Amino acid sequence: MRKFAISAAALAAMMGTPVLAQDINVKLGVLNDRSGVYADLSGEGSAVATRMAVEDFGAAEKGMNVEVISADHQNKPDVGSNIAREWYDVDGVNAIIDVPTSSVALAVADITAEKNGVLLDSGAGSTVLTREQCQPTTVHWTYDTAALANGTGGAVTNAGGEKWFFLTADYAFGHSLEENTMEVVKQNGGEVVGSVRHPFPSQDFSSFLLQAQGSGADVIGLANAGGDTVNAIKQASEFGITQAGQKLAALLMFVTDVHSLGAETAQGLNLTEAFYWDQNDTTREWSARFEEQMGSKPTMVHAGAYSATMAYLEAVEAVGSAEDGRAVVAKMKEMDIDDPLFGKTKVRGDGRVIHDMYLFEVKAPGESEGEWDLYNQVSTISGDDAFLPMLDECDFTKK
Amino acid sequence: MAMAEKTTATVPVSQTAGMPRLHKIIFAVLLAVLLVLPFFVYPVFAMKVMCFALFAAAFNLLLGFGGLLSFGHAAYFGGASYVAAHAAKVWGLTPELSVLCGAAAAGVLGFAIGSLAIRRQGIYFAMVTLAFAQMVYFVALQAEFTGGEDGIQSVPRGDLFGVISLQNNIALYFFVLAVTFGGILFLYRIVHSPFGQVLKAIRENEPRAVSLGYDVNRYKIIVFTLSATMAGVAGATKSQVFQLASLTDVHWSMSGEVVLMTLLGGMGTIFGPLLGAGIIVTMQNYLATFGAWVTIIQGVIFVIGVLAFREGIIGVLSRWLKKPL
Repeated sequence: MRKFAISAAALAAMMGTPVLAQDINVKLGVLNDRSGVYADLSGEGSAVATRMAVEDFGAAEKGMNVEVISADHQNKPDVGSNIAREWYDVDGVNAIIDVPTSSVALAVADITAEKNGVLLDSGAGSTVLTREQCQPTTVHWTYDTAALANGTGGAVTNAGGEKWFFLTADYAFGHSLEENTMEVVKQNGGEVVGSVRHPFPSQDFSSFLLQAQGSGADVIGLANAGGDTVNAIKQASEFGITQAGQKLAALLMFVTDVHSLGAETAQGLNLTEAFYWDQNDTTREWSARFEEQMGSKPTMVHAGAYSATMAYLEAVEAVGSAEDGRAVVAKMKEMDIDDPLFGKTKVRGDGRVIHDMYLFEVKAPGESEGEWDLYNQVSTISGDDAFLPMLDECDFTKK
Repeated sequence: MAMAEKTTATVPVSQTAGMPRLHKIIFAVLLAVLLVLPFFVYPVFAMKVMCFALFAAAFNLLLGFGGLLSFGHAAYFGGASYVAAHAAKVWGLTPELSVLCGAAAAGVLGFAIGSLAIRRQGIYFAMVTLAFAQMVYFVALQAEFTGGEDGIQSVPRGDLFGVISLQNNIALYFFVLAVTFGGILFLYRIVHSPFGQVLKAIRENEPRAVSLGYDVNRYKIIVFTLSATMAGVAGATKSQVFQLASLTDVHWSMSGEVVLMTLLGGMGTIFGPLLGAGIIVTMQNYLATFGAWVTIIQGVIFVIGVLAFREGIIGVLSRWLKKPL
């Protein structure tokens, strides 16, 4: 009888209190490229960043049981979607994090909506994620190509680089990057003096660079990505293009690319990023901790994985469960986030995350004090200017 | 009839009408396993394995039985997946019609490329097929309807024959099982038909087949088209499973992967390509967490395969058992 009384009392106590955090189990899956071209900018680093977020959030102290797993999607949409489906169906994953490579991200976004999970995308750049294929379960954290085009195109033009010449990779991604940037350049009073399309992928840029050099442009915009951008910058350095007074503007590039090129080759390059490790004390402190585990400084994609996870866990705690992805994302959209790495941050109705972007210029070798001391910050682009306006049909807060 | 007698000297195919008992048993066991498999293995993964098994079997028809090494089979596999994805998404066709559209497109493409490629032999043949496959890749990258590097995304999982919903993984699994198993039986039938006998004769000794009065080029075009069509069925089915068509499917590395699957399992055997596809896809799936190691392990296995058992796993097994498998 006494036993019964105790258990009844315990039961009553439990009924009275709100859902305890102990009840919350969260499983996070970091899905990205761990062996190919994006392995450096995302890869294991994003998994490290995600685990750091779980730790810093104090999940264990709050009684939340958070588990982080990871896999390599090999930049293949079928591999990625297979893993995503299996994670949701079999492993009980609640949220998938990072997912660079647009084709994979789009596939995972659809599956996530179908399974009512959450996609916290940090690595992919496609604007389609929050526009043509927007989903109520997608949160696109770090950057998109439009923001990079806006940032670099607008800021460089305003800083006096008025005449542009484009070196464009000849495929849909390159075309759209070129088109977006051209528009921004013209809106800011700049002029496009010419453009040339190079095959994708390409090894030899000499003839294109000579055209660019002869065009009389102030700025050469590199509307390409990855190996193409790196090759173009290397060869531009051999031609002495920046030394001769023309600026190079990379429209999609990461600190790891600049690091592998070195300040000698990349000096004077303009580029937009959402995060740089050496911005303030908080970013430096966080990056130092990251470097201890990874051996390299974080990219903005790593930072995005960290911050997105923090915000997600906060929303899960507020909702009381990670089961309903739509509810968690809706909660994230209500929150005002003061993020340690990205500053004032807002998740918009369409899942696009709005925060400031920054225009950087790569330091000359003389200025650079270490292998990772690579950027000078040129200007700040406010989030509202950087990202495309929301499409009405994608505003899920209204529905 | 004279032909049939001649070929038996080199290829010990059973003389009794129909399927040899051993093959019947293997097919029956395979079917039984596949029928219960989705309740033990994740169905989407099992479907992927089956699509690749059909792809490898189709490729094996050309390489193992026709003696023609095509290095551009991704063009038919991927081309069909794009057409099927487009058919399902834009035209709103049902899954079985989409797969047929994809297969037909691959067949037409295979006929066109095959007619040109068979004019050359050996390495030149391989290079011509590779060159055409790269053209298909380029079209997939540039054309409007393919969506460039994003591919065709969110292809709906429609209703089979307009009635049975394939939203459920298990329902879709049995659709894929029917298509791929049917496809493999069809390929088996081709190999063991008089047409298949002539093919083997051409593979073993082409001048002799010519001297016997066979129009060798006609046979080659037909087998090339058949192989491309069945590769197309596999690719089209895969696009329905994953609800997308992407550049991965038309990339040259896909052409290489199917060669690897076929050689590892056993070129010129019936069951080799199926096993090879199973091994490679399983490795890619379960080793995904090892990152870069996947390709290294794959390479090591390939090297071991080539050095230790050149006839492939099933080929070696077949030699031990002294029975064609």
